[in-house]
Amino acid sequence: MSAGLQIRGLSKSFGGLAVAREINFDLAPGDRKALIGPNGAGKSTFANLLTGALTPSAGEIRLDGRDIGRLGEAARVKAGIAKTFQITTLFQDLTVRENILLPVLERRGAALRMFRRADADAQANAEVEALMAQFKLNPFAEVRVGDLAYGQQRLVEMTVALALKPRILILDEPAAGVPTGENHLITDAIAALPADLSVLIIEHDMALVFKVARAIVVLVAGAILVEGAPREIAANPRVRDLYLGSRHG
Amino acid sequence: MSLIPRDRRLRDLAILLGMALVLTAAFYAFPDNLAFATRVIIMMIFVLSLDFVLGVAGVSTLGHSALFGAGAYAAGLCAAHGWNEPLLGVVAGAAAAAFVALLSGLFLMRTRGLTLLMLTIAVTEVLGELANKFSDITGGADGLDIVMGPILGVFKFDFRGQVGYVYAACMLLLVFAFLRILIASPFGLAARGIKESPARMRAIGAPVYWRLVAIYTLGGALAGIAGALSAQSTSLVSPAVFDFQLSANALIMLILGGAGRLYGALFGTLVFMSVHEVAASVDPFNWLFIIGALLLAVVYVAPAGLLSLPDLVKRQLRFSR
Amino acid sequence: MNTFASICIDGVAYGMILFMISVGLSVTMGLMRVVNLAHGGFAMLGGALAHYGMAALGLNFAVSALLAILVVVALSAPMERVLYRPLYRMGELQQVLATIGITFLMIASVSLWLGTSILQIRLPASLSGAVNLGFRTLPADRVFVIVAGIVVIGALYMLIERTRFGVKLRAAVDERDAAACLGIDTSRLFSRTFALGAALAALGGIMGAGLLPIDAYYPLRYMVLFLVVVAVGGLGSIAGSFVAALGLGVLDTAARYLAPDYGTIFFYVAMIVILGWRPHGLLGRGEA
Repeated sequence: MSAGLQIRGLSKSFGGLAVAREINFDLAPGDRKALIGPNGAGKSTFANLLTGALTPSAGEIRLDGRDIGRLGEAARVKAGIAKTFQITTLFQDLTVRENILLPVLERRGAALRMFRRADADAQANAEVEALMAQFKLNPFAEVRVGDLAYGQQRLVEMTVALALKPRILILDEPAAGVPTGENHLITDAIAALPADLSVLIIEHDMALVFKVARAIVVLVAGAILVEGAPREIAANPRVRDLYLGSRHG
Repeated sequence: MSLIPRDRRLRDLAILLGMALVLTAAFYAFPDNLAFATRVIIMMIFVLSLDFVLGVAGVSTLGHSALFGAGAYAAGLCAAHGWNEPLLGVVAGAAAAAFVALLSGLFLMRTRGLTLLMLTIAVTEVLGELANKFSDITGGADGLDIVMGPILGVFKFDFRGQVGYVYAACMLLLVFAFLRILIASPFGLAARGIKESPARMRAIGAPVYWRLVAIYTLGGALAGIAGALSAQSTSLVSPAVFDFQLSANALIMLILGGAGRLYGALFGTLVFMSVHEVAASVDPFNWLFIIGALLLAVVYVAPAGLLSLPDLVKRQLRFSR
Repeated sequence: MNTFASICIDGVAYGMILFMISVGLSVTMGLMRVVNLAHGGFAMLGGALAHYGMAALGLNFAVSALLAILVVVALSAPMERVLYRPLYRMGELQQVLATIGITFLMIASVSLWLGTSILQIRLPASLSGAVNLGFRTLPADRVFVIVAGIVVIGALYMLIERTRFGVKLRAAVDERDAAACLGIDTSRLFSRTFALGAALAALGGIMGAGLLPIDAYYPLRYMVLFLVVVAVGGLGSIAGSFVAALGLGVLDTAARYLAPDYGTIFFYVAMIVILGWRPHGLLGRGEA
């Protein structure tokens, strides 16, 4: 039994259409892996299989040796898997503080309390303050998320996932829609993540991938084509053909 | 840090005190209209319960009268079988409505949108038909005539409706205070989260379906209280409590005032029922002209409800400056 | 005539009426994503106008019905433009509120104009007798309704499958966002579809006056009925509306014949079962 995430023979098909084929994948504590691949390669499907939004057709997902492949979404969050969303689904009408307080309360098992103010839980408040400080969000604490700039929203997105104290963090296109000028907000935030956290980044932006990832997995047509260090991947002719070539050629 | 919650608690107390004052003032200002005022108060409780389910948690329903009716029949049956202490009837009404909400919620909360709207209507219609059909128990289409005993064995309902008014007013204050506390609680915050984004709630580990069932059950209990009070104050329960019109009217009152913040429920109910009382006594079809025009005006001018009007005006003024 | 035959012919006739009135509602709701509680109002307007044409102007049934439908179309187009268009961008609850408001205004207008009693639409003498099929006689008015329903279905099928309007309509219902990109003038398409739905509702209202009597409160009384057909059939599905209308029509009629004191309970239980089994309706497609 080893620590981290081990995936063996993970497959998923819709009807006759295979969108994930026999995927073997490991993510150890402290890893910073990126998952890349052309559109429709099955990156989002893979992420959804990890979070439990989809159930696999075959294969197993183990977290620290425990099979979590059949657990539902809520149970996987409890087991330690969190994911940020590609398209923002934050609570637009709630403040930044409330957006972060909610996952903290859920994680602490306090969400069913009815006769105590949500903002009167000293421990939860301290945790929210610390999280906001980590991502420099304190000045926006009482701002409606819907009124924030997009780059800041992406930071809230990451903070919400971290508030769940995950051991595996999946970042689904963390920089999507962020203006290039604000990209450093995202890379800085990723660099500041806890060292022992396992991070899987799903991203289109190659510059960002090469800046933050220490290993890259290339997914094509639902199967892993190759896995390696960024330099090996950049030099791999098949990857250049299939993916990098078409985008950067 | 610790000052803020205390401040908020004071503000909540001040609001409750203000409501109590208004209710008292109405008691002395309209001594001859207490029956109508009691109906308004009971409807306020009903619309408040709808506000929690629909305004706060975002569950679209056109079948809230199913829960009102369950509460009314439970209270009515209690009274008809000799348990005519009113508070007991309210507890029974709340419990019965919560039970109906739980049972139907297990099924309803799996759906949303038009399907949910239609299914909530269907549940109400089925209950209405059952009330009609099992006339041995429910009195059928004629309904149940009930006689209430004194509240806590002390306060007898009087002909002028004074005790009934005070009784309903106290219930309104209780329900309002309960909802204020609930909405500020972690459970209430999670309910708002579900309205904003169910997908996100799932992603942060909340069992959304079970949470919705809990919300619906709780809202059902409050609607049941309104139903029980209605049965007790009119001494009658008939299948009319399951009318689609009642659900639709409650929805109109809520959106008219502004959903999701409790005051809207109170204000919308007061406006709707007052306009109805005045206009319908003149001519029932004039009433439809007036309410129809009012509804359209609200939707096109202030979609967030009448209570959003001051904000709208303020914003307009700021822009024009 | 035995009970079974009565159930069949009454149920099918009833189903045809439900279909005529509901199909427009289903298509407009599927196309424009607007919850329209006022749709039954067009059926009532059709019936009220036809009644007026015959009772006050002395026109014969066919002319009066035709004129009534034309007037409803003429009324529905500006209504769509002025009242409904702002609703497309609003939330479900605002749509419910506004269309209930429109319903109230329709009820108030008709009652101001023609009062609140039932507005009779007398069928021509040739339709009030019986049709002799040799082995069995059938009530002519029911046969007339069924034949009219079949004609409507045939015409709708031709319209949807064989005309440019139909192609555009199908494209817009299936791929709403893509439709505008494909160069379809959605605003004109909406107006026309809305008017078509209103015309069919008016036709259904006139034809069905014997089964669903016309009076001022008609749109409120049958509001839920029409919405049930739409929900069970599946939003935007013409075939779904047909199956749902016919099925529910026969079921409700059978229940009235065989278990009259259970009221509409079977109707609603059937709906609960069907929507529990297929939440998007019989032929509806799930939204992503």
